[in-house]
Amino acid sequence: MPDKKIRVLIAKPGLDGHDRGAKVIARALRDAGMEVIYTGIRQTPEMIAEAALQEDVDVVGLSILSGAHMALFPRIVGLLRENGLDDVLVVAGGIIPDEDVPALNEMGVEGVFGPGTPTDEIVDFIREQVS
Amino acid sequence: MTDELVAGILAGQRRAIARAITLVENDGSEAQAILAAIHSHTGRAHVVGVTGPPGSGKSTLVNDLALSFRRGSAGHPPRTVGIIAIDPTSPFSGGAILGDRIRMRDLAGDPGIFIRSMASRGSLGGLAWATADTVRVLDAGGYDLVFVETVGAGQAEVDIARTAHTTVVVEVPGLGDDIQAIKAGILEIADVFAVNKADHEGADHAVQVLQMMLDLNSSGPQAVMHHGRLMQVAATAGQTASTPAWRPPIHKTVATRGEGIDGLVEAIVAHRAYLEQTGNLVWRERERAASELETIIQQEALHRVLAHTDGRQLAGLIDQIARRELDPYAASQLLLNQPNQAYKG
Repeated sequence: MPDKKIRVLIAKPGLDGHDRGAKVIARALRDAGMEVIYTGIRQTPEMIAEAALQEDVDVVGLSILSGAHMALFPRIVGLLRENGLDDVLVVAGGIIPDEDVPALNEMGVEGVFGPGTPTDEIVDFIREQVS
Repeated sequence: MTDELVAGILAGQRRAIARAITLVENDGSEAQAILAAIHSHTGRAHVVGVTGPPGSGKSTLVNDLALSFRRGSAGHPPRTVGIIAIDPTSPFSGGAILGDRIRMRDLAGDPGIFIRSMASRGSLGGLAWATADTVRVLDAGGYDLVFVETVGAGQAEVDIARTAHTTVVVEVPGLGDDIQAIKAGILEIADVFAVNKADHEGADHAVQVLQMMLDLNSSGPQAVMHHGRLMQVAATAGQTASTPAWRPPIHKTVATRGEGIDGLVEAIVAHRAYLEQTGNLVWRERERAASELETIIQQEALHRVLAHTDGRQLAGLIDQIARRELDPYAASQLLLNQPNQAYKG
C-alpha cells in the first residue's frame, strides 16, 4: 500500500568505470527499505541533476574513484540548486582524501564516506538527515 | 501549495511535475486535490504500455522508441515523451533498486523527455498503485506520448492493458514452447508484438508461434482482459461488422542496435488511429473510468466504515472470525449496518 519512502539517486560522475562500491551501497539502501534509482557509470553533472529533478529524490549519492571530485562535485551541487533542489541531501563515497572533506562539506556535500565505512552508518546518516 | 503545483504542472514545469508524482505515490489528501484539479486537462496523451519478461529488453526498446518519436518522421511531427518505468519492490525490505534509467542514457539532456522510475510497492499486476495517476500528471504536463514500462512480467501481470491505449508485448526467442504461447495471459493483451533480440537463434520460430496463436484467436470476437474480467471488444458501441478487428502486428527488433524500431513506431501510431476511427478509444476511456470509480468507491467505503468503527470492536470481530464463532460475511454486514454510520466524509 502507498506510504512514504526515502528516494535516493546513486550516480557515478566522471570517467572511472568502477561501480562495485556504488552497487554495494545501492543494495544496502534497498535493504534498508529505500527506493534507489541507479543510473550507472559515466554520468555528467547535467545528467545527475536532471535525474534528481525528475525522480524528485531526497538524497543524491555520488561515488567517485577518479580523483575528479573537487572539479565535479561543485558543478553537481550548483546544478541541483539551480534546479530548485535546495533540500536534497548530497552524500559522497569512493576515494576522497580527508583533506578535501571540509571543503566538500562547505559546498554542500554533507556526508563523505570512505572505503570501509559500515553501510549501517550511511543508512543511519541518511535517515537522520532526511526525516 | 496545491494551486501552485497545479499551475506548474499545466505549464509543463518539470519540478512541479516531479513533486506532484511524489505526492501521488505517497497518496496524501493533497494528491487527491491535485488530481481533481488536473482531471479536465487530461486525456490528450497517447499512453503506450511496454511489457514482457525480465531481461527481454523493454527499457532499451523504450529508449529507442522515445528517440524515434522525439525525432519524428514523414507524416509524424516530433512528439514530447513521458516515461514511467516500474521495477519491483522487495517484499522483504520494502526497498527497491530502480535501474531502468541505465538503459535510457540516450534520452538525457532532452527537455522534451521526462523519465520517472517507480517502485511497484506491493502491487502485483506489473504496475504500481500510483501508475495510472502518474500517467495523468504527465498527460496534464503536456507530454504527447506516455510510455509505461511494466515490471518484468510473465503470464498474469496484465494491469497494463487497462492503463494503456496501446500495449506492446515484448517477447524474445527461445523462452518456451508453443504451449507457453497459447496459455491465457499476457499475450492476449498485446496490441503490438515486438520479438526483440531478433538476431538470436529462434527469432523466426518465435514469430511463427505468435502468428499461429493469432490465427487461432482471430475467429472469435476480440477480447481484452479488464480487471480480471474478459470484455468483448466487438460487442461495444462503434464497432460494426464493417470495421475490421485489429490483428496485432509482429515486429522483429534488435533494440541494442536500433533495428526494427521504425516498424514498431508505425504500428503504435497505426493502432492509435485504429482506436480513434473505430470509436474504441472512447469505449476504453469509459471502461477505465468505470473501473476507477469502482476502486475509489471501494477504498472510500472501507475508509469510512473503519473510521466509524471502534478499534476494540474490530479486533473482537476478527477474533471471533478466527475462532470460527462468526463468519466474515456476517461480520462485514455488522460493520456496514452500524447505526452511527453517518457519512461525515
